[in-house]
Amino acid sequence: MMIVDALIVSAILFSIGVVGVLTRRNAIILFMCVELMLNAVNLSFVAFAKLHGVSGHVFVILVMTIAAAEAAVGLAIVISVFRHFGAVDLQNLKLLRR
Amino acid sequence: MNTFAPPGALLSALLPEITLLCGALILLLTSAWGGERSSPTRRTARFALVIVGATAVAVVFAWVRGDGWTDDGRLSGDGFRWAIDLILLLGTAGALAIFDTAQGRTRAFPAEVPVLMLLALSGMMIMTAARDLMFMYIGLELMSIAIYVLAGSNRSSARSAEASLKYLLLGAFASGFLLYGIALLYGAVGDTRLAALGAADPSSLYLLGVALLLVGFAFKVGAVPFHLWTPDVYDGAPSPITAFMAACVKTAAFAMILRVMAEGLGPAIEQWHPVVWWLAAATMVIGNVVALAQPNLKRMLAYSGIAHAGYLLVAVLAYSQASASAMVFYLLAYTLATLGAFAVLGIVSEGIDGPVTVDDLAGLWHVRPGLASVLAVCLLAFLGFPIAGGAGFFAKWYVLQAALTSHTPLVVLVVVLVLASVLSAGYYLTTIAAMFNRPRPSESPMPVSTPVMSAAVMLVSVVALLVLGVYPSPAARLAAAGTISNAPQSTGASPTGTTASVPARR
Repeated sequence: MMIVDALIVSAILFSIGVVGVLTRRNAIILFMCVELMLNAVNLSFVAFAKLHGVSGHVFVILVMTIAAAEAAVGLAIVISVFRHFGAVDLQNLKLLRR
Repeated sequence: MNTFAPPGALLSALLPEITLLCGALILLLTSAWGGERSSPTRRTARFALVIVGATAVAVVFAWVRGDGWTDDGRLSGDGFRWAIDLILLLGTAGALAIFDTAQGRTRAFPAEVPVLMLLALSGMMIMTAARDLMFMYIGLELMSIAIYVLAGSNRSSARSAEASLKYLLLGAFASGFLLYGIALLYGAVGDTRLAALGAADPSSLYLLGVALLLVGFAFKVGAVPFHLWTPDVYDGAPSPITAFMAACVKTAAFAMILRVMAEGLGPAIEQWHPVVWWLAAATMVIGNVVALAQPNLKRMLAYSGIAHAGYLLVAVLAYSQASASAMVFYLLAYTLATLGAFAVLGIVSEGIDGPVTVDDLAGLWHVRPGLASVLAVCLLAFLGFPIAGGAGFFAKWYVLQAALTSHTPLVVLVVVLVLASVLSAGYYLTTIAAMFNRPRPSESPMPVSTPVMSAAVMLVSVVALLVLGVYPSPAARLAAAGTISNAPQSTGASPTGTTASVPARR
């Protein structure tokens, strides 16, 4: 059935995102992984909307709007970090350890 | 099934939030008007205080009138919402005053900072009011996105930028979990309203959703084992922003968690109760143990904040009307103590490069007895010391009471809480002893005189803490009115729409 397939794909995408956040160290890639997680959730919202009606679609629009706002702010923060450290690798960010 | 409230009803239910948002947007325009040269940051901060005051009036007005409910069950107008709103407004006002002092000294902040604080506050107020997971999520993101920027608002500081990036990445990661939990709950129930979730049969999809939701919540409040971002972010962010995060973000997040647990996740209580039990126990113990080893004051307060998250999780576990009231009282005391402590920290950090350590406070009593006393009272309030710690003692007392009188008395957890508090005396009292007993090192800089705004924050928080410490009735009455309308142990009738919207206090 379509819905179950879509849910499985969404779970796989979400897991890829989580594993990416936990293993990678480049801020931009981490950010992409977070976006992947959010879009995996969007996929499951759309799949569930087939069962439960239109509100699932509305949630997708809301989530996309919020993710866009987060991306705008996030990239601005990445730029400000780059200005200070000359890199966006989390391994270089060691000022805040004691 | 998907009925929506008419626009007029929504407008009146969200009147305080709309007041705040309109004020914030007007402030944003006027702060941009002056241009770069006029440096309008402090003026903006003072206008922001006025807007906070106006919003507080709107909140009291709405509470007295019994507004806030919508017929579609997406917004709540119970006493819990309004009581938490007032605490949030108090916390924001204090943080704005501390910010005003910091700006007067460093001139490091752009004028948008107070505006962003107001926007974050509006997100918090929406989180407190929402009885619908999607609505709650929007409030949460409105708050979080503003806080990510605020953490990095000192653009000349690399530490601030680092804190901001770390908070952004972990915060967005956590909201991913939260959102996936919401999606699964929506899939299991077909609705995101808490009332519908609370009436559903827990399927395995439902339980998975609850688990993911819990992970997201635990990240947001910094509960062990999801606490690692907290000390870095608290340490790196500018002090006034740290005060804002410590006081208000924690308050709003716990208000949200308690409402979701009490109204929405009742069917799965068998499953989440043991998990949250272990979270609470681990958070209390680990937070306090690690805090013992922190010389850096801001990191120490961050770990102490983690421990306090553990105490508050005990109130969540108690899961009754009494626990909602206990939480309101606790958050009030915690907000007051946090504001006082950070106001002092802002003054003594003057002239010190890098983080303030306990050694920098040595002998503070001999040079500035006022500052030392304020910090001592606030730390004792964190500790929950009777009389001298003021309201902090009753805050812990009410939480313990709620835990012991709940359906299944949490005796073991109460023992853990008391032992963890004893442990926390190790660092609170060491700091106080350093201020009062050690001589002032000759090379330590003399603290600057306290500007009037910071002095006002210290005065209000200490007086309020001490007065509530011997006479807690007024705040206890406020807290008793701050109940969640259909938490367990009420008569069981869940309020639908305006019929049950009798204000808890009249």
